[in-house]
Parts: sequence; structure tokens; C-alpha cells
Amino acid sequence: MTESDIGVQKALRGVAVSPGIVIGKARLVDRSKVKIYYQYLIGDDQLNREVERLEEAIRTTEDQLNTIKNGMPEQLKGHAFILDSHLMIIKDSMLYDATIHRILKEKINAEWALKKSLEEIRSAFIQVDDEYISNRVNDVENVVERVLRNLSGDGQESLSHINERVIIVAHELSPGDTSELNTTKVMGFITDVGGRTSHAAIIAQALQIPVVVGLESATQLVGEGDLLIVDGNSGEVVINPDDDVIIEYQEKHLRHEKYKSSIARISHLPAVSLDGHPIVVKANMEFLEEVTAARDHGSEGIGLYRTEFLYLKSKELPTEEELFQDYREVAEIIAPEPVTLRTLDLGADKFASGYEIDRETNPALGLRAIRFCLKEPAIFKRQLRAILRASQYGSVQLMFPMISGLQELLDAKEMMRQVKDELDSENIEFDRNIKVGIMIEVPSAVIMAETLAKHVDFFSIGTNDLIQYALAIDRVNEHLAYMYQPFHPALIQMIRQVVNAAKDAGISVSVCGEMAGDPFCVCILLSLGIKELSMNARAIPIIKKIIRSISIKEARADFEEVLRLSTAKEVRQHVSNRMKTLVPELAEKGYLEGWDYV
Amino acid sequence: MIRMELCKKIRIMNDLGLHARAAARIVELDRQYKSQLFLKKDDREADGSSILSILTLSCPKGTEIEARIVGEDSEVFMEKLSQLLGQRFEETR
Repeated sequence: MTESDIGVQKALRGVAVSPGIVIGKARLVDRSKVKIYYQYLIGDDQLNREVERLEEAIRTTEDQLNTIKNGMPEQLKGHAFILDSHLMIIKDSMLYDATIHRILKEKINAEWALKKSLEEIRSAFIQVDDEYISNRVNDVENVVERVLRNLSGDGQESLSHINERVIIVAHELSPGDTSELNTTKVMGFITDVGGRTSHAAIIAQALQIPVVVGLESATQLVGEGDLLIVDGNSGEVVINPDDDVIIEYQEKHLRHEKYKSSIARISHLPAVSLDGHPIVVKANMEFLEEVTAARDHGSEGIGLYRTEFLYLKSKELPTEEELFQDYREVAEIIAPEPVTLRTLDLGADKFASGYEIDRETNPALGLRAIRFCLKEPAIFKRQLRAILRASQYGSVQLMFPMISGLQELLDAKEMMRQVKDELDSENIEFDRNIKVGIMIEVPSAVIMAETLAKHVDFFSIGTNDLIQYALAIDRVNEHLAYMYQPFHPALIQMIRQVVNAAKDAGISVSVCGEMAGDPFCVCILLSLGIKELSMNARAIPIIKKIIRSISIKEARADFEEVLRLSTAKEVRQHVSNRMKTLVPELAEKGYLEGWDYV
Repeated sequence: MIRMELCKKIRIMNDLGLHARAAARIVELDRQYKSQLFLKKDDREADGSSILSILTLSCPKGTEIEARIVGEDSEVFMEKLSQLLGQRFEETR
């Protein structure tokens, strides 16, 4: 940033991961490596003092880590292990004792000695073949960095001490950082890296603050105290906006809020298209607490209950009883509407605790979801038992994630049969007619849809993973965020194939990915013949509103044109134009531009 | 003071080997006893009170290590250590 740039308005575009608009002051959080450290020799008479200085800095660091750990919000407790291991590392003999020894023997200052110890630890880790273990050196670096900051008197830049209403600007935010965020003070945050489904994104949604990630150079372009507008709907960030722009965004923000409340008032009513087709709109959920929000937003059941949270929450695997109680509660609250429980989708990026997998080169293609469950029958059966037991307390359906072919499905169903037999022999009641479905999210399952349809009661298309696997793009790679294209013609063809296979077999099919809750995608999904959508509860009012505003017959006719388009850009352009004519009211309210993100 | 030294060969059976969590469990156990624990693989010996030392010993599943415990409560310590390793750190497999 040059002198002449200061105060000049600049607009950036990143990936919108948590909606809402905020205007506020930037607070830069420096998470880059510590600057320069002086290295000097210590006189004999000062050696003990130098050791004390180190010990003091280490005590401070321990206090900081403990404070972070104890202050973690309940939903993040699963990450506490990272902090425990940092506390262990800080007092490790290879670091602590070795550094003190160096100060005394080599007569060097604490920073220098600490750096030398780190180097030695680093070289020991480099020799380890196992990539997972050798990567743990990052934890050591992290700890050393904290101690160095405390030694230099810089203090730790703790996010928990932010007492002004600010927008955090960081290169990236670690689990430790995000769990420290004081949400009454932090209005929003923006980062250089990260994607739609990154860790920071998930936390931000849980905290309900606007967030834009993947801005690439935000930390270089934003100055401390700069005025920022963060639009978590569109992914736009404006640095030092001029008055006109501020007013424009304030109006947009107000319009957005007003419109949201106006559509929320009627969202409990069914969604029927202009030409009389009822569409079932359900909510996705992850935490038990979300079930009431789902109901309040007018959802007609839970279309996707991600069951990973209980497994991520603590170090120990959840017991059958814990799982059962959780599932039963959801089933009871949402009854008489159904809840669809997706069996464990652990592995890959979501894995945090309870069971650790070796570091995988390609976690998204690794041992996860149904593959993991089939490899770990004990874990899988425990969950199946809990689900089946809960099934008599409401309307419960079950689906398997990441099915890639028939064999996996048959193996999973066989395990389910065994569990049913066990329950029978123990005289435990369950719903004998429980519906079993699968997620369609692997391209091979799309191709095999016709065969798979003969063995299940329903399909649920998981568009997030399907886009990732079909277009071969890593969901968390910020450089590829632009390629995450729900409008890719290949994806539309795939969904069509799945819908047709389901129709031929007479089973139901729904969409439960982000696409289902995206106002621009709804029209296409409905024209493809989708009659059930499951989405983030927040999106339900707007999606219902859109469904009520379109005629499926017309959308179908229009779809013929869509099929002739061959790039995602053309499709998006076409849909965007159509939406503005089909639902003019939405365009007028300035709502749709907020979603025009692809 | 009685100084006892016990040695025992142990095979690492959990799927993940001595990864971060497992190493942490060993260190936690070590803290409960006065005796000192050393884990030896080939010709290298790790300090059982140091998570970094255990990690850098690099023990994937199937590795045979020798546990050496020196000190007055070595017997009960060895018993608990064998239990911990035998339980595969309470992992499910």
C-alpha cells in the first residue's frame, strides 16, 4: 500500500460464507510470524535473570492458553485437545529444559536459545516419515511463536480482548482464534484464505456474524482503523467507502432486514408454485439446538441431520445412549414431520477427535463417511442401533452418505439388518418400516442411479460434494472458489439423470446441498422435477417465497433453453435474467444481487 | 531408596501408531509416577515424559518398542502402561 492509496475507496470480492451486512472499523490481526529477534550474549551474573525471564514468558503463555481453553464456547469444546497438546509441548523437556540449558551453557539470550531449541526439534521431526506426525512440528512452532511474543513484551494479540466494535481482518483464523471471538464486540471478519466450507465459515455461521473469506490480499490492502463494509451476502468488501456507498449499503442492509421479516411472517405456510405444485421445504441441521429454529422458520421436517457433532464434541466416542437421546429428542420435537438422519460422515476435513486418522494426502477422497463406517463396524452399528431405537419416537428416516456404488449400499444395508436382528433378539422396539435412502454426491452414484434406486426408498442429492467431485475442485481452496459452480451444465445434467432414475423407480428425490437454499438455483431444481428441498433454516422464508412466485410449467419450458447452454456463465446469466422477470419483486427489493455470487 | 529397572517389549497395535493423542496419553501417565520411562526403538531411546521425544521416535502400527522404567514404582507404572497400550489408547480398534 502506497501513501497515495490511503483513504481511497477500494472494492474486493471474496467468498461470502455468513450472511448479513456490517459497516465498521477494521482491526488487523497479525498472525504472521514474529518479526526479528535480537540475539545477544548474556553475562554470567545475568544468566539466572535470563532464565527467569524465559520462565515468566512461559507462565504467561500457559495462562493465555488456559484462558482460551476455558473460554471456549460449548460448540467448540471438541477442539480443546489442540490447546491441551500445546500446554504439554510448552513444558516438554526438548523445549523447556533444553532452552534453559542453552541459556546457561551457551550464555545466550532466551529468544536465541528458544530458536535454537526449535531448530533442533524441527530437524528431529523432519526425519519422521509419517507425514501426520512430522506436521505436528507446526504445533511446536505455534507455541514457540507465542512464547517469543511474550518475551518481546509484544504480548499476545488475543482476540478475546477486543472491546471495540470492530471487523477483524486476518490472513486466516485458527480454531483457537475463532473460539476466542467475542461476538458482542466483533461485528464480522474477513480473511485472505479459506472457502465456503472452511472451518472459519462454519464457526461464523454458528456465531451469526457476516463473514467473507478468500479475499487473498485483504491484510495487505486494509489499514488499521479503515472503514469497511462487509457484505456477507454478496462477498463484497469495500475499503474506505465514500458517503454515497455507505448510504447505499445502509439502505441495502435495511431493505434486506425489512424484506426478511416480511417474508418470514408467511414462511410457516406451505410452498405451492403458481401453477399449484406443492414443494416440500425442509431444514438441514447439525446441532440439536437448531431444531427449534428449523420449525420456527417454517420447515416441514429435517431433510438432513448431520450427525457428526456428537462425535466431534469430546475426545471419547459418544455412547449409544447419548446418541439415542439426541436422536430421540430431534424426532420428538419435529414430529409429526420427519427427520432424516445421515449416518456418520466423518473423515476428511471434519475429523477432529475421538478417533484419529493418519494424515491423508487427499482427505476428500480418503477414508471417510460410509467407507469409514464399513471399516469400523463397531462404531457404525452403535449409531445404527441408536437411530433405530429413536425411530419409534417420531418419523425417522436414515440415509447413508457418500455411496459410490451398489456394493457399499448392500454392505451398509446388511449391517443394518444385523442390527435389526440384534434389537429383535433383545426385544427392543423400533420402526420396522423405517425408510432408508442414500446421498447422491459421488459422480459414480449418479451414473449408477438407476441400479441404486431399486434398493432404497429415496435419494438425497448432496450438491456440495457432488460439485466438488464432479468438477474436481477442492472446496476449501480459495484459488478455486470461482470454480465452485452450481450452474455448471455437467452438474445440471447429473441432477437430471438422478431425478429421472428416481422417477422411473418410483422413489422420492430431494436436494439437500447449498444449492437447495440458493434463490438462483431453485428455479432450475424445480424445472428438473425436484419436489423436495432441504436447506439452511435461514433460507427457508426466501425460498418459499420464490417457489410461490414461479410456475413450474413455465420454468420447464424455459429449462429447454438452459439445456442448450454450454458454460456455467451462460447458464447463470440466463437464470439471473429469468429470475428478474419471473420474480420482479425480488429484484426490486435489491435482494437478488446479494445472492449473485458465482 | 529402591531403584528398580523393568524392561518389556511392547508392540504398538493401534491403527494410528504413536500419534499425538497417544503420545499425550503416555506423558499423562508418566506424570503420575515417580519412576522414569524410556521407550526404545532400534537404537534410539525416547524420554517418556516428553511428547516431542515420543513423537519423533516415529512408531507406526506394528512397531515393536522396548519400554524401560526405572524407579521405585516401576512395577505398577509398567502394568498401567501395558494396559494403556493393550487398550490401543481406547481407540475403537
